[in-house]
Amino acid sequence: MTDFEAVIGLEVHAELLTASKIFCGCSAKFGAAPNENTCPLCIGMPGVLPVLNRQVVEFGIKTGLAIHCEIQQRSRWSRKNYFYPDLPKGYQITQYDLPICLGGHVDIRLEGEDQDRSIPLTRIHMEEDTGKNIHDAHTDASLVDYNRCGVPLLEIVSEPDLRSSAEAGAYLRKLRAILQYLQVCDGNMEEGSFRCDANISIRPQGATELGTKAEIKNLNSFRSVERAIDYEIERQTKAIRAGESIVQETRLWDTDREVTRSMRSKESAHDYRYFSEPDLLPLDVSADWIERVKGELPELPDERSARFVSEYELPAYDAEVLTARKDVADYFEAAVGIHRNPKAVSNWVMGEVLRIVNDRKLDQELVIEAWPVSAQQLAGLIALIDDGTISGKIAKSVFEDLLDNDKSPASVVEEKGLSQVSDSAELESIVDGVLAGQDDKIAEYRAGKEKMLGFFVGQIMKKTQGKANPKLVNEILRKRLQSN
Amino acid sequence: MPITRDDVRHVALLARLEITENEEQELAAQLDQIIAYVEVLEKLDTEDVEPTSYITPMETPFREDVVSTTPDTERWLANAPATDGRHFRVPKIIE
Amino acid sequence: MSDLISLSIDEARRRLDAREISSLELTEAFLARIEATQGKLNTFISTTPEMARAQAEEADRRIASGDAGPLCGIPVGVKDIILARGTRTTAASAILKSYEAPYDATVVARMRAAGAVLVGKLNCDEFAMGSSNENSAYGLTRNPWDTDRVPGGSSGGSAAAVAARQCIVSLGTDTGGSIRQPAAFCGVTGLKPTYGRVSRYGVIAFASSLDQVGPIGRSVRDAAHLLRTIAGHDRLDSTSVDNPVPDYCSALTGDVRGLRVALPREYFADGLDDDVRRAVQAAAQQLQSLGATLEDVSLPHTEYAIATYYLIATAEASSNLARYDGTRYGVRLGNDSGLLGMYRKTRAGGFGPEVKRRIMLGTHALSAGYYDAYYAKAQKVRTLIRRDFNSVFANYDLILAPTTPTPAFKIGEKTDDPLQMYLTDIFTISANLAGLPGLALPCGSSADGLPIGFQLIGKPFDEETVLRAGDAYQRDTDWHTRLPQ
Repeated sequence: MTDFEAVIGLEVHAELLTASKIFCGCSAKFGAAPNENTCPLCIGMPGVLPVLNRQVVEFGIKTGLAIHCEIQQRSRWSRKNYFYPDLPKGYQITQYDLPICLGGHVDIRLEGEDQDRSIPLTRIHMEEDTGKNIHDAHTDASLVDYNRCGVPLLEIVSEPDLRSSAEAGAYLRKLRAILQYLQVCDGNMEEGSFRCDANISIRPQGATELGTKAEIKNLNSFRSVERAIDYEIERQTKAIRAGESIVQETRLWDTDREVTRSMRSKESAHDYRYFSEPDLLPLDVSADWIERVKGELPELPDERSARFVSEYELPAYDAEVLTARKDVADYFEAAVGIHRNPKAVSNWVMGEVLRIVNDRKLDQELVIEAWPVSAQQLAGLIALIDDGTISGKIAKSVFEDLLDNDKSPASVVEEKGLSQVSDSAELESIVDGVLAGQDDKIAEYRAGKEKMLGFFVGQIMKKTQGKANPKLVNEILRKRLQSN
Repeated sequence: MPITRDDVRHVALLARLEITENEEQELAAQLDQIIAYVEVLEKLDTEDVEPTSYITPMETPFREDVVSTTPDTERWLANAPATDGRHFRVPKIIE
Repeated sequence: MSDLISLSIDEARRRLDAREISSLELTEAFLARIEATQGKLNTFISTTPEMARAQAEEADRRIASGDAGPLCGIPVGVKDIILARGTRTTAASAILKSYEAPYDATVVARMRAAGAVLVGKLNCDEFAMGSSNENSAYGLTRNPWDTDRVPGGSSGGSAAAVAARQCIVSLGTDTGGSIRQPAAFCGVTGLKPTYGRVSRYGVIAFASSLDQVGPIGRSVRDAAHLLRTIAGHDRLDSTSVDNPVPDYCSALTGDVRGLRVALPREYFADGLDDDVRRAVQAAAQQLQSLGATLEDVSLPHTEYAIATYYLIATAEASSNLARYDGTRYGVRLGNDSGLLGMYRKTRAGGFGPEVKRRIMLGTHALSAGYYDAYYAKAQKVRTLIRRDFNSVFANYDLILAPTTPTPAFKIGEKTDDPLQMYLTDIFTISANLAGLPGLALPCGSSADGLPIGFQLIGKPFDEETVLRAGDAYQRDTDWHTRLPQ
């Protein structure tokens, strides 16, 4: 049987974090009451004309530079014509034949690989977002809200060079991290500010020609993207093996049923009739402008990850995980700044802290100071472990007590009397108590059964409710077991 | 290229115009005549000619990124054929 | 009363400032005139008497306080394709039958700020598509010189209202001659400014790269006053140009000595009406007698202008008119026919036949497989047409040509043949394709007593020279002072 390989290209739409919309002065903020952020322009009233928001171009340049594109000193606007209720003018102002950025690449690394793979990009262009259609269950009609209409978007188009859902996921995560580092997009997939369409085709392993592709829409989480790609590869493979041919079409991902389904209504049969937008003139970006933006680029995930390895001597894997989200990396650095034990902080952030971040779906807009456990608290907690006040195990329970309050770890330890017993005399008497009457077990140990040591430690910890200083317990225990 | 009634049907769908059989026939004839006329342009060699997309020899101006409108939803909904008071209402969209 | 409606802006200004008359009296005179003649001519789609009276009273207060510019208290009409808040604005289309403009076009805001008095919204061809004003959903407009004839289009109402003295000046729009052709047919003076000279914000778009708002008056001087008020950079229109606005009236020196005037051969070729030819040649000689020089030149791509224009204009229009879909404003039909059915029925029922024809043509010209042959080709030929003008203007200051091949034609004469109607735009279209200023003004009368016009085309942003030559001509002739019976 022929083996097939998947060919995947992703089109990402990133809503930009501007204050106002791309062509009018309406607020671009998410979450307003329906049609609150609208004016004659973004409702497409007769007679209105677009005027370009400078910040959108600035963000376009910034993004392009960050992902190694060639910034085009002259680009232009076009109209993409189609009818839909969420598109008030009957056309979308977008960039078509002359986009602001060409080329570029995003470097990804899959788990377990020791090399980056560079995913080439086709282009980035700027455009206006559409409004939102909502189904009205009462009247069986649809309702339209134009708040989002005119919010600036960057469309970032990859070459069809991804080969698996894992690569697609890694690419998207990396791209999102970069946009977040640049502070041009909040990356929120659920609210739709970071969206993805996937073009998927398959071809026999080793073939050079592309197969017929399907475009998959409605992918509103990383999981959807990955699941949809896997589903689609399987669907297409089965179809071809069964001798069917693939139809070039747009398919919707059904999140509940986890299938893609064809959308073949007449309303989606399009001929976009692109032509240059006569209401806007060509967009010129000077070399000075590009240079200035280049000079202002912040540290990006790859650079930060490399720095974490060299500066904090973290394993590459830790550095990668920590820097994948800017706020997480910021949190890490804040904690290390207070208590310099990078590897311990890293372990805690990657373990307990990220668990909380993921469970609670903390989005990037939440400032790290407002996280349930502050970097200050985490640093303090690790300091208590390092100075022997508490054990790692106790620290985990203290951590739970720190959630959603601003208590200091030391005060929690104090309040609950969780300090380690490190008093030798006290520990010696506890050890003696545990050993009393255990002669047969002591004999086993002495006969070479090393693991009996663990049994005794367990007993001691039980007696002290975990507070015994494990290092001291070990020392005393060994001494006692050897002597006699 | 001559305009057929199929072309007219296709273009009328693209342009979201409902046309009757009579209109279809009439439009095919009229558009065919107009298209035959505009094809006079084929006589010109424009191989090396840049298209004129813009008359004004300028680059596009910018506005600064500030919110400058004030919400006035009622006013913008006032001309709508159907609303629920906050949204524009349209016949059900089937995807 | 009849003398009030015949005043020029300067005369009215003098009498208003001298407090011999009030703006309210002046306005009442025009409102009465409209009342008396609207039924016959159908120049207005809606009149705004209450607004006009309120504005007149406000103007009188400003005049009393000594705060009156040239247009303060002057009754004006505005083509119904230009938004004026508080008025119904229809673009002469059934699809906008009850559309209340929710904001002011920049030109209207500037006229209001200048204290002008808006007497009403003027009839035109639907969405400015037409050359006869027969494509209005609100009934055709008649030519005041001969009510069996068309006033021209698309700004037919704007030209006819000035000719019939229903307002002192008016605003029109010109996409392919829509100010100049009706000015010629109605014996008045109309200017299409350079593309980018006047803001298009709030002007319902027909073809965005060609549309331009301009003034119509009974003299060059009146048109110059109105241009001064409406011209200038507008940050709401990205295609508006930030050049200083000169005082056009002070440019009217009457001196045309040394002005190099070019007569393009292609505009005087076969097919030109004999009366028109004689009148336009006489106008040229008049300028020569005033000290200008005349020379024949060639604009070799003239014969391609109509084809170029009808591809570009309809393509842009097909996109500009997509927003009329029954969703946010305007008429909705077929609400029970599903979304696609609602779209198709709304647009089929809301647009008139010429608008539909142009949407179809423009959609076709942009559609897959035809774009290169039609739209892209037309954009290239547009470059050739612009180059023709550039090379003439390297050596000349002005181009002088007829405005139309014939005087006003009969109502119904060309309605059955769209292409014949398009061909009447032959002399006006090129200035739009090249973005140049064009002034149309009367220069004669046909055997039937109909006005004949000529036009002066100038360099980009050189409205001053165009107006100066037109004004010098009018100082020496009286065609512009003649009135229809």
